[in-house]
Amino acid sequence: MVSSTLTTASTKGTDASTKGADVVGPRRRQREFFIAWLFLLPSLVGLGIFVFYPLVRSVYLSVHGNDIFGGAGAYVGARNYAQMLASPEFRQVLVNTLLFTLLTVVPGVLGALAVVLLLETRIRATRVFRTAFAIPLAFSAASASVVFAVIYNPAIGVANGVLGQLGIDRIGWLTDPSIALLSVSITTVWMQFGFGVLVLAAGVGGISPTIFEAARLDGANGWRLARSITIPLLGPQLFFLVVVSTIHALQSFGQIHILTKGGPDGATTTLVYSIYQQAFAFGSSNFGLASAQALVLLLIVLACTAVQFGVLERKVHYS
Amino acid sequence: MSRRISGAAGWVVLVVAAIGVLFPVYYAVVGSVMGPRDLASYPPSLLPHSLHLDNLRDVFTVIPLGRQYLNSVLQAGLITLSQLVTSVLAAYAFAFLPFRWRAAVFGIFLTTLMVPWEAVILPNYLLISGWGLADTLPGLVLPFLVNAFGVFLLRQSFLQFPRELRDAARVDGCSHLRFLWRILLPLQKPALAATAVYVFLSAWNQYFWPLLITSTPTMQTLQIGITQLRDAEAADPGLILAGVTLSVLPTLALVIFGQRFIVRGLVAGSSR
Repeated sequence: MVSSTLTTASTKGTDASTKGADVVGPRRRQREFFIAWLFLLPSLVGLGIFVFYPLVRSVYLSVHGNDIFGGAGAYVGARNYAQMLASPEFRQVLVNTLLFTLLTVVPGVLGALAVVLLLETRIRATRVFRTAFAIPLAFSAASASVVFAVIYNPAIGVANGVLGQLGIDRIGWLTDPSIALLSVSITTVWMQFGFGVLVLAAGVGGISPTIFEAARLDGANGWRLARSITIPLLGPQLFFLVVVSTIHALQSFGQIHILTKGGPDGATTTLVYSIYQQAFAFGSSNFGLASAQALVLLLIVLACTAVQFGVLERKVHYS
Repeated sequence: MSRRISGAAGWVVLVVAAIGVLFPVYYAVVGSVMGPRDLASYPPSLLPHSLHLDNLRDVFTVIPLGRQYLNSVLQAGLITLSQLVTSVLAAYAFAFLPFRWRAAVFGIFLTTLMVPWEAVILPNYLLISGWGLADTLPGLVLPFLVNAFGVFLLRQSFLQFPRELRDAARVDGCSHLRFLWRILLPLQKPALAATAVYVFLSAWNQYFWPLLITSTPTMQTLQIGITQLRDAEAADPGLILAGVTLSVLPTLALVIFGQRFIVRGLVAGSSR
């Protein structure tokens, strides 16, 4: 139906003047205007309903109290925000989020960089290794966490089994408050490691081979080559990887929910997990407080993206 | 001499890293066919002493795995199909149709890429359950039928299309839909595949939304199902790993055989 109307609509204006790139006449241009909005309509409607309207509603919820069903109650102004900022739990949540981000981004990026630098001089093995490192990408937060839960099992898990062989005492990987966040981070790094390797390997593939040849002729090798040629030329990809991994870390939910449920004693409750707990986990649905925290999450992610765009803009400008 | 040693050390590091990364995958697959005695032994055995295929069969009776597989296929399939169609149309408008406020509208699309889904998940939950769609397939997929990521990736690719070719087609009276379907899309298969692989992978692997919006086991997706194997009364590691192995097969195939599309999709997707 739609297709037939579109076909007739756009073939009618064929006789229009044909000068240069401007092959369409005014009537046809008007039709194009119409077609453009028709093509955009499904996307605009979807984004409006499921992104923009929820954003507005988040703000609305965050300045209202709630009834017992999670619906918005009376207008409370900034009370939810005041309560959030005053609570020591929320400060702990922010610290956890920062720690979790550092514990996943730093090892993830440095590890991927090390692997890619080592692969770079072993061209023939690159494909096999790249595929090997990419395989965890097939695992969802749920499947990865479930496997790691078995590995972390205090009694029969492989993690403690290996430690036992080395004569080290069993560790409560998910029950010790000082270890749990690290355990969740290890799972997260494992899930996302392949992403870093693929991004950086693509970056190395984009560097002209003549640059490497010239550097080798000058006697640069190994670490020197990496430090003075490869790493600087990988700058954009590294920067990009840091920003994206940071955003990924800020959004992590599944591994925390499955492995620790934010515990023990709140040790692994990050911002996203705190939003979930306020809204769903404590029996009382505090959608107001949860929405205030959701807006904090939004602001942090927007800040990361702003930094990314800011730097990219400059880079594009100079290249 | 020293160069050969450092070369060998590099190999060792790579191989150890690869083993470390692949071990959980190996353990998931091998553990699913290990007998209970192997899995519960201390120190844990890393090789199966006997082949137990029972787990791969029993897991279908502990949770409705077959039904959940179907749910996941429908969920990820519908999301992928819908995002492909809507993204192609929108990307076409942005790449080929001059219209007023084009830059501004594209800016609005880009803005949505910066909004983390977790920040708007609560209002979406209230919206979908308010419509009475909680615990239904429409409720599972509706918020994801449209996304600016595909629009962004495909527009980028469409812009590479030679302008002369397009103008020639237009002068010959080729309509927009005909041009799109007969000329443009056949030449855009890599970009379409990259979009499809990326969207399918992230839809299949979704956890937070299915957790919130579904409650009956027969409406849940695989991702929720396998975590319930762990919460089950007698959590049996063999059963858990069997569930994981079965659930990860489709995405494993995608990662191994569609790697080049993944790189492209990830790089575009992560430039959000």
